[in-house]
Order: sequence, then structure tokens, then C-alpha cells
Amino acid sequence: MLKVIIDNIEIQVEEGTTILQAARMIGGKVVPPAMCYYSKLKDSGGKCRSCLVKVVKGSAKDPRPVPKLVASCSTPVQDGMVVENTLSAEVQEARKGVVEMLLINHPLDCPVCDQAGECDLQDLSFGFGMEETETIEPRREYPGIDIGPLIKLNMNRCIHCYRCVLAAEQLTKKRAHGMLYRGDTMEISTFIQTAIDNDFSGNMIDVCPVGALTDRTFRFRSRVWFLNPMDARRECGKCSGKVVAWMFGKEIYRITGRKDQFGEVEEFICNECRFEKKDINDWVIEGPRKIKRQSVISSNHYEQMKKGSIIHPIEGTTEPQE
Amino acid sequence: MGRAILLDKVNIPGIQTFEVYRAHGGYTSAAKGLREMTPAQVQQEVIKSGLRGRGGAGFPTGLKWSFLDRKSDKPRYLVCNADESEPGTFKDRYLMEHLPHLLIEGLTLSSYALGVKTCYIYIRGEFRYLVGILENAIREAKKNNYLGEKILGTDFSLEIYVHPGAGAYICGEETALLESLEGKRGNPRIKPPFPAYKGLYNCPTVVNNVETLATVGPVITMGGDAYAKLGMGKSTGTKLMSACGNINKPGVYEVELGLPVEEFIYSDEYCGGIKNGRMLKAVIPGGSSVPILPADLILNTARGDSRLLTYESLAEGGFESGSMLGSGGFIVYDEDACIVRNTWNLTRFYRHESCGQCSPCREGTGWMEKVLYRIEHGKGRMSDIDLLVRVAKNIEGNTICPLGDAAAWPVASAIRHFRKEFEEHIKC
Repeated sequence: MLKVIIDNIEIQVEEGTTILQAARMIGGKVVPPAMCYYSKLKDSGGKCRSCLVKVVKGSAKDPRPVPKLVASCSTPVQDGMVVENTLSAEVQEARKGVVEMLLINHPLDCPVCDQAGECDLQDLSFGFGMEETETIEPRREYPGIDIGPLIKLNMNRCIHCYRCVLAAEQLTKKRAHGMLYRGDTMEISTFIQTAIDNDFSGNMIDVCPVGALTDRTFRFRSRVWFLNPMDARRECGKCSGKVVAWMFGKEIYRITGRKDQFGEVEEFICNECRFEKKDINDWVIEGPRKIKRQSVISSNHYEQMKKGSIIHPIEGTTEPQE
Repeated sequence: MGRAILLDKVNIPGIQTFEVYRAHGGYTSAAKGLREMTPAQVQQEVIKSGLRGRGGAGFPTGLKWSFLDRKSDKPRYLVCNADESEPGTFKDRYLMEHLPHLLIEGLTLSSYALGVKTCYIYIRGEFRYLVGILENAIREAKKNNYLGEKILGTDFSLEIYVHPGAGAYICGEETALLESLEGKRGNPRIKPPFPAYKGLYNCPTVVNNVETLATVGPVITMGGDAYAKLGMGKSTGTKLMSACGNINKPGVYEVELGLPVEEFIYSDEYCGGIKNGRMLKAVIPGGSSVPILPADLILNTARGDSRLLTYESLAEGGFESGSMLGSGGFIVYDEDACIVRNTWNLTRFYRHESCGQCSPCREGTGWMEKVLYRIEHGKGRMSDIDLLVRVAKNIEGNTICPLGDAAAWPVASAIRHFRKEFEEHIKC
């Protein structure tokens, strides 16, 4: 076991653990934000630089500090390492810089974006963003492409985290999309304009930290905070069948994977569960889903509902589940 | 010219061919190394020589070799980085074009020292015409048993392959190079693990610059100690400088490290002074990514010592008043050159060449380019100057690979030393 101190909190972790994973074990405020790292996807991380931290002591053997800030998601812990995240002014400044970089070309179309309310970039800007922008240049725009009837790609919102590429590569038999071009003109696209069509492609939506990939069957139907997220399950031959059903009254508006407190899905689900089973009779409703406390979704008090009952969000009446 | 070690035979007609190269003493160091020395001894000579990486970072070559994971049972690789794409640097191209066998000889010796059986030359896509020259040299060397199976009757065998890139500057970064060599998109890898442990195809790998590897031959011929006597202090030996810009004699020159910069610019032996009798304004001494220095600071350090062509002297004063030797791409500007336009041009390059993987570099290079475009085209705001400084600071050190630093330094240094010029651009 290795000993590491993050923001003055000591924790013992196994060898090979990254700083970010160690911070997540501690939990709370010391956890650096992560826009590209996804623990369920191999080789993810290192790209967005929002999880930068300061290593003030390299290890017990070599106590020298690391001169540059390091990406906590891809830096393994050394025994005796001392890390500063919230305590380091340098880290906070660098993170502000990263958020600014991510926002200069991100459209401010949150009012019409389906991701609003569950968007990692919104949370990050709330924590570290500046109130004013210094750019007067027009934002980057991409020509829209159609990637099929189930998933909507809005490339203008993309922050190039690579999660969807890795998800497609690791979950599906054949990846039909990838990163094209270079630098700030780089874009996610399908090869020769094909539609993305395979059983697990819908997970691209769940891993996307922003509104670049959204559910076409749910598009513009409701803001997420008006819906009640309920744990639901069904017998499925392709996946675990454990999902979150986002409901309005008795109607299921959309299905997503179950996300943990760090916004990562617990288990990837198949497209049949996600896109085709929108009838309440397809599902066994287990009860309200716990959404992370700071989320705007939590503010609609859906958690007051008792297991086995559904509240109509407007009338506020409880009716027994059939 | 001072002591030439690499380019001493460059003017001999037909030196590109095996016969002529051999007749002028070529491949003697390979024969000496392979027949009379153990691999450890060859490496020891390189360590003793104090040879430092000539690609830009100046990391001691012997030390880099000693990091190679020798306990692993996987094959080891040597990769020659010939992806020379930095604006202002053209020394490797010259070396490969005129002395291909010198590189092959260096690769043979280095592979022998490192226990490598397969070696790749990753060459810049635009250098397509050099691929034929190198492959021809490899063929000739093979025919004469200086490459291939059981070289010179010893137990050592080596294959060298030439692999052209597709024209991306970022593939000069060693891990992006390895990705590209594996047939993937040329994105730099996240380190650790370092190539010495997990490099090409996840095997222990050493990546060295063309000039570095070509120098190994002469180091073995003359001995590490003798090589270390050349140069000055920790900057041992000779270095190829590619001089360009507003000078009378642009070209590739071999200098013994320690030569005063003033002599290099004004001596007829080297650059031959500023063109048309104009005044020197500024110099980028080590390829486009190192900080630019104004005339007074390139000729003398801030403390008043005369500036020398060594790793240490050029770096003296840090980023406040110093620069770097880098890859030796020596770009000279006369009094008529516009620093703002030049800086904009460089940011245009870095914006185009950023791989786009990490946020600060992807967005920051584009942002700096747009702001500098505005300033250059008469639409700048006074606040833009501090904005540029801030953006450069936010990129520097926060990226996966050094391309972010390389993009930020020219902008930061140009504003540091020529702020007035930026202000004048904005005012009028």
C-alpha cells in the first residue's frame, strides 16, 4: 500500500492508483474535476487538463516537487507523495485558464441545449469560469452532419475529450466514427458520412460530458430537471437492463445508464433498452435515483417520493404505481 | 572553418556512395566498434563524450541510453527522429542528403550499443526525395555486409527501415512519432510511461535525432574523451547550425560549441554579416520555438558577457533575457523585419500543427493566432497585448507535450522584448 496526502488528507492506496482515483476515494472537495477521464474507458484521460494538480513532494524516496502541474487522472501515486489541489493557488489559476480555453469556442446555447442541467462543462464553468469573455472573435462552427436517426451530433459543442471514440472502440464491434483533422479544426465525424448503427452506440450519449451528442428520441421534449429520474430494470439479453428512466407522470421521456456521483455510468446499456422501450410496462420501477447533490436536477424534490409511487411533478399528487 | 567532425568530407564528390565514403575512411568506426569493443564500451564512450541530444532539448545522449529497460525480454528498438520540421531548422536534411552513410554508420554503432536488432528512420513526409537516398545507402551497406545478418562476421545483425511520415510537425515529438510509426494518428502519448520502458509497440525504445546518431561514429573514432575536449564546459563537441534570414551566407555550418554568437553572425566563415549592410535587429537562435532575442541580448548576456553558442550561454538569464540553443535553427532579422508579423506567422504555424488533443494547446494556439492576426491587420486593442501574455502563460507547462511551450514562448518573448512594436501596431 502506498501513502499519499492530498490537500492535507492522508489515504492509503494500492500501487498503480492515479492521483485522481485516490482523491475520489477521499471524496468531497478534494476531487479534481475531470472532463475527459472516464474510469470505465481504457486509455481515457490526460487531454482536457482540467484535473491538473500540484505535486509538492514527489515521493518519500525523491522528495523533490514536480516542476510542472500534472494531470491527476494519468499520474500514478508514489509512496509518500504530497499533492495539492484546492490548496494551491497555482492549480486554481491554471484550471481557470483551462476552463477559459474550453469555453472560447463553446457556443453559449445552454438555453436550447438538451444537456443543460447535467452538463459537466456547465458545472466546471460555474466553479472556475470567468464572468466575462475577452474574445471578440466569432466562435468555431462546423458544418452539421447526420450520424443517424438515434444520436444527434452537434460538433460546435464538442470539447474533444475522445470519450465517445473510446466508447465506440471498446464497446462495439466496429467503430464507425473518429477524430478527423488537427488542432482547433479537429472534429468528430463518421467515416464517409455513414450512420452510426450498432447495439451499444447509444452509450456515446452518456459518456459525452457536454451536449455534443444527445438523444434524438428525447430531443427538445423536456428540460431534464422537470423529469423524475427513476431506477428501472428489465430482463435484457444484451445488457444488464439496469437503467434510469426519466419520467414525467407515467410517461417515460428517455432512458439513460445509471450514473455514479462522478457522472460515470455504472453499466453500459444497449440501444434497445435506451431507444425502444419507452413504455412504462416494459420496466420494473425500483425507486427514485440519487442524482449528485449539486445538480439542478435534485432541486425538484423528486427524492421525497416513496418507493413504488410516482409523483406527478405539476400536480404534486401521489398515486400508487400500477 | 573550425574543427569539422561531421561535415569534414561533405565536399568530396560522390561521398553519398558507399565506395567513396569507404575510401575516405568511412565505416572504420563501425568496424572498430563492432570488432574491438563490447556494446557497454561503445555506450561508455558516448557517455564520456558528453554528447547531448541535438534535436532541441539537449538531453545527454549517454544518460538517455542508460534509461533503456534492459531487463525486459521484449525486443528493443532504436528510432531515428528525422522528422525535422521546425521553421528555421534544416541541418538534418543537409546531413542526410549529403552524408547518408554517416547516419547509417551511427545507427549501426548505436544499435550495437543498445542491443537493438531493428532500427527505424522516421523521416518527414516532405523529405520524400531523401527516402531514396537513404534506402540506396542502406542497400549499399547491406551489400557490403555493414548491415543485415552477421555484420562484419560478428554475431550482431541489424535491419534499418525508412518510414516517411505524412507531413505533421507534431510527429517530431517522440511519442507522437512512435504512434505515427505504429500506423496511428500522430497524437503525443501521455507520459509516464516513457519510451525507454514502453515505446514502439510497447517495447523499450530509444528515440534520437539524426545529428545525434550521426555523431556517434566520430565519437567512437576519436574516443569519448577526445570528443569531450572539444567545445566548452558541458556543451561538448560540434553542432550543426542552420543559418537563415537576412544574412549574406545562409546555409548549414558546423561550429565548435563555444563560438561567440557575434563571430558566427559577422564572420565571413559563417553567416557573413547582415545582408545589404543593414543593422541586426533580432535573432531566434535555436529554431522557431525558442524565445527571440533582440540584438543587444543575443550578442551579450544581460550581465555583459559575450554570448556564446553553447547550451548554457544561450540560456543564461532564463526567459527574462535568455533563449535556448534548441535545434540550431538560427534565424536572423535585420532592422526592416516586423516582429509582429513574424510572430503572427509563427503562431499560424503552431495553430496549424497542434494535434488538438489537449485543450490549452488546441484552443490557445488558435486564439493567439486570431489575436495576432487582428493586431497585424490594424484591428488590435491595447488590452490584446496583456491578453496574449496571459494566454501564452496558460498554455505553457499545462499541455501533454512540449508543442504548447513551443507555441507560447515565441509570443511571450516577442512581447517581452518588443512590446513597443506591438503598441505601435495597435495605435496606428
